[in-house]
Amino acid sequence: MRHVISVLVDNEAGVLSRVAGLFSGRGFNIESLSVAPTLNPEKSKMVITTRGNNELIEQIIKQLNKLINVIKVVHYKGKEFVEREMILVKVNAREDSRAEILRIVDIFRAKVVDVSPKSYTLELTGDRDKLEGFIDLLAPMGIVDFVRTGAVVIEREQKKRRL
Amino acid sequence: MTKIKGAEAFIETLRREGVRHIFGYPGGAVLDIFDVIMDVKDIKFILSRHEQGAVHAADGYARSSGRVGVCLVTSGPGATNTVTGIATAYMDSIPIVVFTGQVPTHLIGNDAFQEADVVGITRPCTKHNYLVKDVTDLPRIVKEAFYIARTGRPGPVLVDLPKDVMNATIKFQYPEDVSLQGYKPVYKGHAGQIKKLVDLVLKSKQPVIYAGGGVIHSNASEELRKFAHLTRIPVTTTLMGLGAFPSDDPLSLGMLGMHGTYRANMAVTYTDCLIAIGARFDDRVTGKIDEFAPKAKIVHVDIDPTSISKNVKVDIPVVGDCKLVLKDIIKALERRQEEVKELAKRLDTWHGRIEEWESKYPLRYNKGSKIKPEYVVEVLDKLTPEDTIVSTEVGQNQMWAAQFYKFRMPRLFLTSGGLGTMGYGFPAAIGAQVAFPRRTVVDIAGDGSIQMNIQELATAVQYGLPVKVIILNNSYLGMVRQWQGLFYKKRYSHTSLAVSPDFVKLADAYGARGILVEESSDVEDAIKEALKIKGPVLVDFHVDPEEDVYPMVPAGAPVSKMLLV
Repeated sequence: MRHVISVLVDNEAGVLSRVAGLFSGRGFNIESLSVAPTLNPEKSKMVITTRGNNELIEQIIKQLNKLINVIKVVHYKGKEFVEREMILVKVNAREDSRAEILRIVDIFRAKVVDVSPKSYTLELTGDRDKLEGFIDLLAPMGIVDFVRTGAVVIEREQKKRRL
Repeated sequence: MTKIKGAEAFIETLRREGVRHIFGYPGGAVLDIFDVIMDVKDIKFILSRHEQGAVHAADGYARSSGRVGVCLVTSGPGATNTVTGIATAYMDSIPIVVFTGQVPTHLIGNDAFQEADVVGITRPCTKHNYLVKDVTDLPRIVKEAFYIARTGRPGPVLVDLPKDVMNATIKFQYPEDVSLQGYKPVYKGHAGQIKKLVDLVLKSKQPVIYAGGGVIHSNASEELRKFAHLTRIPVTTTLMGLGAFPSDDPLSLGMLGMHGTYRANMAVTYTDCLIAIGARFDDRVTGKIDEFAPKAKIVHVDIDPTSISKNVKVDIPVVGDCKLVLKDIIKALERRQEEVKELAKRLDTWHGRIEEWESKYPLRYNKGSKIKPEYVVEVLDKLTPEDTIVSTEVGQNQMWAAQFYKFRMPRLFLTSGGLGTMGYGFPAAIGAQVAFPRRTVVDIAGDGSIQMNIQELATAVQYGLPVKVIILNNSYLGMVRQWQGLFYKKRYSHTSLAVSPDFVKLADAYGARGILVEESSDVEDAIKEALKIKGPVLVDFHVDPEEDVYPMVPAGAPVSKMLLV
């Protein structure tokens, strides 16, 4: 099963390699990763997506917590969080397909960020399903280059009503 | 405030941490520190003959005394030579701080002479490590290093010291406190969990306490003894836990696992309530994991949450310091005297069963015409004082020491349990002898592993450290040969050590004493003589070359399926 974990760490040299080394050394898998400083420049937040059963995830979280530079680990479950990834995709744009590409861009609310006589470069943000749907539709036109960020997540405000 | 050099500040930080001994080896990148050390009187420097020896010595010093061991070496090869020792300490949770020299900061990354990315290399085998890039960070980093090494689940910490940082000047101020947002070990066990644990124990019919090295690290032996005696629950210990519970106590089952006693392994197989305290369900303990304690509810007390439910599913986890949790358990039991009495009475049947197992298959060995290594260890046990510190190398010598030497107190048995490092025992014994100059310190060795750090004989001679090395010489890498004999059709591939030095002459060459023993009848006298000699001694016992360690659980088999003598 896929799991999303966010890790608040000290923003210091070597911390990424401590986390990455933990995963590789113990045979855990990193599916995607994104890291950037928080509003407090002394801290960074990593969002890691990984796969495994519940025992494995429990062990990953405990091992992460054991690292001295790790301040907080949050495991996002269910639908209590918003998840986004971004892709940039360069797609062949021939005479006969240019209009179709723009129509897909419009439907997905993507953006054209670069245009050339032969290609469009498109930007799209969304959850994984949306991005994959977009890519599936563009694939027949011929994707020239493609890059995708790791997931970023944020907790939803609790909507629980207490009676 | 006057400014002082980084190297002087470094020594001052050690002083503030109460360091009395440093084990190490000089080199180019640490010249400035060694220049300061030359005039230091209150901290003694012990020069090893190989950096690996220095780390193991710091480790032995820490295991025997409970204080943090300190090691100082140069950059590059000096630092990489410490890696095995650091990994050894990491696996066994030993508090040491290793200081390594580093090339000047402006050369880092340039493939400079004697440069190695030591922080990178040691990242997976240290509890934490640091590169000091600015001298103003030095006091804080050293303070944190010692704090991290000794608190929580202890472990090795490495601090890399670039040469220019040691030359820079600083207004020295040592921080009072450590503040690490991401490191707050939990010591106190959760009250609700402890109550559940006590409820379960009081209801049990065939409980067993399975105690590990954590009991020794947290100095909880007295509490463990109290808990066991209050309830009459039998206690088995791991290799790392030997001495945590007196092995001559009537409730002691001895060691469990691959070369554990029959009664200990049967007891954990049939127990209905396994109480793990400061142990981590290592594969050498559990054997085939699905058949380990199959009938039991398992409770697990450990300071490291990652140890819990890592290998076996635990029913009642308690995260906390063994000593504090045991105290809470005892307190709770004392409030429920009636139930405790009932439990203690109920255990009669259980003890009867354990006695049966013991009388059926006690620890034993066959006598023969050649010297039996087990006999040497037995005699050593008989002739050495109660507070003797025993280190071992790794392999058959280690298992015979664990089986046939009686450890009655904690911190007397120094062995590389997790990593299984050959060459550990001798330097570790040197470190322990530095910590306790007046005690008897013995290294039980094999002819293979003693040669892995034999150069430390010079260290022992130089500092007048009267370590006794008992070589159980079978001209083989005995444990590997044993496995080849059992599982590889006796194909002894490269395990014969037919060519070895004459250990008596070798000792002589180093200025130590050597004694050769070839007859069983001479064993006692030889050990007596060795113990009388004031300096270091190598005693070379030519033992039965084909002797194997039994009982034995083949790797991957359930612990109830033991090969017996």
